[in-house]
Amino acid sequence: MRNRVSRRAGHAVIIIMTIFGMMLTGCSQKEAPSNAGEKQTQPPIKIAVVGSHSGDLASYGIPSARAAQLVVDQRNAACGINGRRIELLVEDDVCKPEIAANSATKVVGEGAQAVLGHICSGATKAALGIYKESRLVTISPSATNPALTQSGDYPNFFRTIASDDAQARLEVDFVLGHLKAQKIAVLHDKGDYGKGLAEFAKGFIEADPRGEVVLYEGITPGAVDYSAVVNKIHQSGAQAVIYGGYHPEASKIVAQMRKKAMAIPFVSDDGVKDDTFIKVAGEFAEGVYATGPVDTTHNPIAIEAVKAHKAKYGEDPGAFFLNAYAATLALVNAFEKSCATDYDALVKALRTEWVATPLGIIRFDERGDAIGVGFAMYQVQNGKYVEIK
Amino acid sequence: MKAEFKKSLLAALWFMFLTFPITVVRVNTIERTVAWRWERLIWIGAATFILSFIWRRLLHRKQTGRREVSAGEVRPPSRWKQMAADPRLKGLALSAAALCFLVIPLLFSWNKTILVTNALIYVVIALGLNIVVGLAGQLVLGYVAFFAVGAYSYALLNYHFAVGFWAALPMGAALAAAFGLLLGFPVLRLRGDYLAIVTLGFGEIIRIVLENWNALSFGPSGIDNIPPPGFFGLALTLRQTHIAIYYLMVALTLLTILVVHRLQHSRIGRSWEALREDETAAQAMGIDTTGAKLSAFALGACWAGMAGVVFAAKQKFINPGNFTIWESILVLCIVVLGGMGSIAGVVLAALVLVILPEALRVFADYRWLLFGALLVLMMVFRPGGLVNARRRAYAFEPSAPEKSERP
Amino acid sequence: MNWDYLLSLFMGGLTRGSIYALIALGYTMVYGIITLINFAHGEIYMIGAFTALIAIGVLTLAGWNGTAILLIAAVAAVVYAAAYGWTLERIAYRPLRHAPRLSALISAIGMSLFLQNYVRMAQTANFLPFPNLIPEFAFLKPVAHIVRSSELVIYAVTALVMLLLTLLVRFTRMGKAMRATAQDRDMAMLSGVDVDRVISLTFVIGSAIAATGGVLIASHIGQINFYIGFLAGIKAFVAAVLGGIGSLPGAVLGGLVLGWTESFFTGYVSSDYEDVFAFLFLVGILIFRPSGLLGRKQMEKV
Repeated sequence: MRNRVSRRAGHAVIIIMTIFGMMLTGCSQKEAPSNAGEKQTQPPIKIAVVGSHSGDLASYGIPSARAAQLVVDQRNAACGINGRRIELLVEDDVCKPEIAANSATKVVGEGAQAVLGHICSGATKAALGIYKESRLVTISPSATNPALTQSGDYPNFFRTIASDDAQARLEVDFVLGHLKAQKIAVLHDKGDYGKGLAEFAKGFIEADPRGEVVLYEGITPGAVDYSAVVNKIHQSGAQAVIYGGYHPEASKIVAQMRKKAMAIPFVSDDGVKDDTFIKVAGEFAEGVYATGPVDTTHNPIAIEAVKAHKAKYGEDPGAFFLNAYAATLALVNAFEKSCATDYDALVKALRTEWVATPLGIIRFDERGDAIGVGFAMYQVQNGKYVEIK
Repeated sequence: MKAEFKKSLLAALWFMFLTFPITVVRVNTIERTVAWRWERLIWIGAATFILSFIWRRLLHRKQTGRREVSAGEVRPPSRWKQMAADPRLKGLALSAAALCFLVIPLLFSWNKTILVTNALIYVVIALGLNIVVGLAGQLVLGYVAFFAVGAYSYALLNYHFAVGFWAALPMGAALAAAFGLLLGFPVLRLRGDYLAIVTLGFGEIIRIVLENWNALSFGPSGIDNIPPPGFFGLALTLRQTHIAIYYLMVALTLLTILVVHRLQHSRIGRSWEALREDETAAQAMGIDTTGAKLSAFALGACWAGMAGVVFAAKQKFINPGNFTIWESILVLCIVVLGGMGSIAGVVLAALVLVILPEALRVFADYRWLLFGALLVLMMVFRPGGLVNARRRAYAFEPSAPEKSERP
Repeated sequence: MNWDYLLSLFMGGLTRGSIYALIALGYTMVYGIITLINFAHGEIYMIGAFTALIAIGVLTLAGWNGTAILLIAAVAAVVYAAAYGWTLERIAYRPLRHAPRLSALISAIGMSLFLQNYVRMAQTANFLPFPNLIPEFAFLKPVAHIVRSSELVIYAVTALVMLLLTLLVRFTRMGKAMRATAQDRDMAMLSGVDVDRVISLTFVIGSAIAATGGVLIASHIGQINFYIGFLAGIKAFVAAVLGGIGSLPGAVLGGLVLGWTESFFTGYVSSDYEDVFAFLFLVGILIFRPSGLLGRKQMEKV
């Protein structure tokens, strides 16, 4: 009897070991050839690009990987960085913190010398500890959580996007100053990004004598409809709505508001300043305000970058493309100017050397936020986002 | 043969009809364009035609297999089983396995070590759920809540009171067990699927509270800088810490296996199994069903809590997004796929299900599609799971003792 | 007391509840007959909505317009959802008829994952706008802030579906066979009921009803993606349990009660804890009525 139990165990153990071994070796085999075949005297500089390249948030991550690829192709076609080739290590983190930590250790193990990423704030937080320990500079094109730079925990972190509190500040100033609304409803999607933004907005309004928050609510993403919340906005007598979150929920709420003949202004953030929002919300998008990076359509580098993207991938670039392009340029510039790949030199170069990017001429401050990257308010007019001066 | 051919043809035509709108037509209501992709229809037809032969063949094999068993025939033990029965070979295999797990961090890279650590964490959680679902037969769909309780208890205790990892480990387990009891009391009267939906709700409640109650949990932005465990006061680099956590998980997994194994064959384990088979009969036999249920909830939850503490320490950053209903579903899949109630099966299934999506990375976007299909196929062709949990049977058949064992 | 507000919350809850009810009917029918939580039922609802969107897209380009499109699209959605439901049962559940119930549940979860990703890959992961083809009724103009014409259509269709289903189950031969199978499958088989056919038909009817709900809500909200079925499915399952799983009037009542609960809680308290309250409410009901609002108390067989 005892025998029978353990026989089963023995049986299973053999299967476990076989499958397990196959899986592990299966994974490791495919990585081996990646750094073989280099015949140059100097080893290449390895930059890791980590972000969501599959799954439902892939549309936020793929443009960044492409931006990095374009910059690197261009540099390698010339002479790389001081004669050294640049090699990209592309890793997918699906925007999940637990996977991001894995990806981080993987690129560290493969010898990355700097990191472009991650895309989502949560994933970035999960990975930053590992990069900090390994002394790797990390530049994110899209992680906007204020604590990442403001907590001072991560001296190795930089970003080419304004943090949430800057956006919230802009939104609140716009609503109170420009729209002259006094009663404001603040909504969010309970997510990391949306709720963080909404909290800042709420705090700023409360600190301002001109306005008051009449409603502060988190909606449930993916719910069947939002009629109860829309009714509540109506009931609260709000004169404007500030929404923190992404465009799918925003377009549902706006549509339901407009269908109920509520014409009050709807002000939102970078997650909504996306052409998909206008396309999905259609006629209801008209008049919606959203903050976004300052208009770059006249910046020559931006025009060049978009053109290169169209030539290579046959479509317009997606979200955070220019931010990632700027981040890669800043990184390459830092490598070049510091003539080294060690951490301290890179950090110093990032903080002191100005670099021309699609977002303007930028450098980074002590905390890691980019100086020179500004936000502006946009409004949907005739199916297009137009900057409001 | 002609009939078979006709069946396959019908299946192919049916699937061509079925997948026609979604696969062939692609409407873009944004750009107002329609793309027709007729070539896909041919692929689907051809694939279904071939697959339907295989499908019927496999089903046929499964059914005839079952009939043989029901006819009472006993197949001679296969060579594989004979080999597995050899105590020397078995000892060899077990020690090989142990050795393998010990040398993984030495042979494989950093992130593979972490991957296996993740898998081991799921082994422990799944063994905990196995107590509730596999042994006591209580279908719990919100089990990830206990994992969250463990993770957050370490993160918060550490943040507010600077409680260290080793102290938090039992505390996390105790807190999770307390939550298990908290859930257990109101649902004592519920059975089967009513229980399933209430526990699903419980899991969601915990997650939503963590998301909303900023003062307690720091909301959706989570808690970062959770300190790793200290190992004898050694100053370790992050990589060494991860390796140490790996060995810690190996030890914890062994402990879990040992305890669950002992529990299973103890008095309380028997009462759980009785509860699973027939609650009314168990009650009639004088089993304290209330006590059995509550102890199953508490003892099941405490493993998830412990795993949660390790998870938080390993991850250094946690947020409510780590504890969604999909995690609960994954753990349930592990238990059922492993063969309910079988420890070896659960271990095997956890390793497979956690590492499989990573291995399927090659297929990138297709991997969740494949994962879903594999779950269905697995259940259709091996509904009992990977390893059939055979209960201890006491048989007295002096002439042929092997006969008592049903293949 | 603001009556307009109360009334608009009531109507909003009714809309939500009707959709839950339409999905819950399928859940409860399947559960009543083979005691399986058909986890993939929400995906059928999603596939219904997608099929309708595709039909609308093709027809619009072919130059059709107006309500005719909506009707044709709805029929296409219902037919295809029914076909998917039937196939789902044949592939994922029928071979598991004699397997442990949990195995069937995992198979259902697998199917749910598969269908979601199938639609995601064959179509798109983005949200797509769904045209609102329900005409605006002129007589609703004065009360537009309380109830819209698409909502009125939702209420009417839900009531109609409920009525037809009751008639079917009560008075037809097939309905009788369904009730017999639900009561005791073996006994039904012995009395000459083709149980396999009954089960298939249950899936077909349940899926068709879910697709109706999918089309209605899609044109009411105006957008869909591949993931809409999952949460709606879970909520509908809660509704089915709340009403007493296995009971048809229970599913509708459960759906409506859940819709109202959520709507009023959001309206008068906060939407932050909307789902928490919905689940606590469920627990409360189940503690006092362990088999739901309208569920029959199960006798213990000893």
